[in-house]
Amino acid sequence: MASKWSLGTKLASMFGRPKIDDDTWDDLESTLLSADFGPDVTDQIIALMRERVAKTGVTDSTDVVRLLRELLEERLSKFDTTLNLSERPAVILVVGVNGVGKTTTIGKLAKFISGAGRSVVVGAADTFRAAAVDQLATWAQRAGVEVVRPQSDGQDPASVAFQTVEFAKNHGTDIVIVDTAGRLQTKSGLMDELSKIRRVIEKQVPVSEVLLVLDATTGQNGLAQADAFLEHAGVTGLVLTKLDGSAKGGFVLAVQERTGIPVKLVGTGEGLADLSGFNPVAFAAQLVE
Amino acid sequence: MATFSDLSSRLTDSLKNLRGKGKLSPADVDGTVREIRRALLDADVSLDVVKDFTGRVRERALGDDVSKALNPAQQVVQIVNDELVTILGGEQRRLEFAKKPPTVIMLAGLQGAGKTTLAGKLAKHLAKDKHTPLLVACDLQRPNAVNQLQVVGEKAGVAVFAPEPGNGVGDPVKVAKQSIKYAQDKVYDVVIIDTAGRLGVDAELMKQASDIRKATNPDEVLFVIDAMIGQDAIATAKAFQEGVDFTGVVLSKLDGDARGGAALSVVSSTGRPILFASTGEGLDDFEPFYPDRMASRILDLGDILTLIEQAQEAFDADEATKMAEKFKSDTFTLDDFLGQMQQLKKMGSLKNMMGMLPGAGRMKDQLDNFDEREITRTEAIIQSMTPAERANTKLLNGSRRLRIAKGSGMTVTDVNALVNRFEQAAKMMKTVAKGGVPQVPGMGQMAGLAHGKGRSGGSTKKKGSRSGNPAKRAAENAGLAIPSTGSSGASGAGFGLGAGKPGGPTPEELDALQKFLGKG
Repeated sequence: MASKWSLGTKLASMFGRPKIDDDTWDDLESTLLSADFGPDVTDQIIALMRERVAKTGVTDSTDVVRLLRELLEERLSKFDTTLNLSERPAVILVVGVNGVGKTTTIGKLAKFISGAGRSVVVGAADTFRAAAVDQLATWAQRAGVEVVRPQSDGQDPASVAFQTVEFAKNHGTDIVIVDTAGRLQTKSGLMDELSKIRRVIEKQVPVSEVLLVLDATTGQNGLAQADAFLEHAGVTGLVLTKLDGSAKGGFVLAVQERTGIPVKLVGTGEGLADLSGFNPVAFAAQLVE
Repeated sequence: MATFSDLSSRLTDSLKNLRGKGKLSPADVDGTVREIRRALLDADVSLDVVKDFTGRVRERALGDDVSKALNPAQQVVQIVNDELVTILGGEQRRLEFAKKPPTVIMLAGLQGAGKTTLAGKLAKHLAKDKHTPLLVACDLQRPNAVNQLQVVGEKAGVAVFAPEPGNGVGDPVKVAKQSIKYAQDKVYDVVIIDTAGRLGVDAELMKQASDIRKATNPDEVLFVIDAMIGQDAIATAKAFQEGVDFTGVVLSKLDGDARGGAALSVVSSTGRPILFASTGEGLDDFEPFYPDRMASRILDLGDILTLIEQAQEAFDADEATKMAEKFKSDTFTLDDFLGQMQQLKKMGSLKNMMGMLPGAGRMKDQLDNFDEREITRTEAIIQSMTPAERANTKLLNGSRRLRIAKGSGMTVTDVNALVNRFEQAAKMMKTVAKGGVPQVPGMGQMAGLAHGKGRSGGSTKKKGSRSGNPAKRAAENAGLAIPSTGSSGASGAGFGLGAGKPGGPTPEELDALQKFLGKG
């Protein structure tokens, strides 16, 4: 069984030593790399940490852990993490590569929003993958929200999205969440399809949020994903899923800083309630716990 | 022009000043290994695996004698590639089938790794090979996974065993057990069990997967892993190895642009072979795993590797030594000249070769003007000579030249130009060889190239090439720069570049050429 990997334990062992020496920095590098921060960000953080340790003159191990946590908190919380849903209906488009947990996230998000007293309709615009529509419908039922299904198999996803928005306007539904098929960012045809879905929705109402779902187990490819989806779908927020596993998702720091798009939601399981807003302090604490 | 990846250019930088050493020094190796380490980390290879791996590469690089065909950077890269291919392809094998059907194949992995899609692909693949697969829906967790498997089965044209509706209802262990009985009764010869995705840290679900394994005693347990996974690959793989003791690995979503370092992490930490690669959402996007392709994908050094391969193929060490002797003893003949040219041709398209070199960008125009057929024409002229004439150009009087021109379909002017160029070259190489500066490929223009230029401005060129002064001639010929092959690296016998020719490549470009072509 994989023991839950913990930066804290590693740091405790490294900073348990009385003096900070080369090994200390090697260990810090290892721990950051193992958390998927990536070589570039790791180098950066280490350089900053060296500076701060020198400036503050700390030698105590707990102080160094605190410095690291503060540094990460600072960098993670530079962005506004609130969902912007003031439009009526407010449309949320959910995008991402295959298997990151888009449909599951939508199920949880629908429950979350309807729990806050807003009416929700979800649009099953993943008309490509086998049984994706049914999967979403099941989540919608669990969350107790409406669902708009495609009228025929393999219907153009943009038209499903259009109908979902139409449904919301006709029924006065507050929030529209549109599911899309997973697509690898390298498939230009499918990425163009995403741009089209967005354009078609915008004929009726502006799109309030485009959420890119990222799998916490992803490595450095997460950056390429963010770049591509930002370009084609105008992503406004990130959702980090599968954080209940042993992966730390350190790559989101690089994604946030490079694209300027904040992490807005965090998924931690397959239950209806396993979704929360992104809390930089808690996230940083988990990284160094 | 082929673009060089980051690693390629970084390697070039870190080894800029290394030239012709007998052995790789620890400093050379360390510099290269550092870059390799970073490249592997960028490719998401797990840190522990990277440490082991670079340690081994370093050891081997220090122990190896320097190959004559390669420069130090190339050599380290080649060792790295060898090691990668060895690890990735260590235990290449096919699916194993049970002696007594049904063969049971169980799929396991994280959520969203692509198990259900893979189940369909595998079934279709097996059906094509005259098997009768049965898909079993044991993912009773994820909403409508059962449904998805049914649709996939229908598309693949294979049967699906799904007695439970799923969505949290039903016991996957029981379903798995029943499916074996069902397959025996209905004579399906392969059973493919799709299981729910689970995290390595989820003890309860891992126990369930282990129970399915115990209940069905599968012949193969395939661990499906996403090519995009990061450092967590190793923890996950180990957890699944402990949990279900998989027998093989399938790498999914390889159609993306992830470098797929996870492949290396999983294989080196578990010792299990990768059997298949999954490369798209269609049911036919499924192929056997190719270790060499994966190795160059992880390193992202396809260009350099191709170049190394070509340099090694074209390079013949004995030939080069012989050539150096000939220069010294003044017995360099047109035959040798021809031989060298043919060696050069073996390296493949010169334009492509040039395109693979860093710093070749500024020579682009010249490249575009270069007609490779000129080499063929030069060949034709030499081949129209008698052996005696090839050995001694002094024999070539007017009537012989006319005969040769007719025989090769060229003009006497062309023949004259070639003979002159050859004599220049032989003279210069002799000086160079005797002067003991074997690394200066100062032969002026390459045979066949001046020829090409001569088409447009024939007489001037000819005049230029008559000049007895190599430096002057070189100055006159601001022509195309062509890299010498590996042979030049060892013997200086290439048809190389006059260093610092006006209008020609700069010394930096020459350095780059030398570095990648010769042993530098």
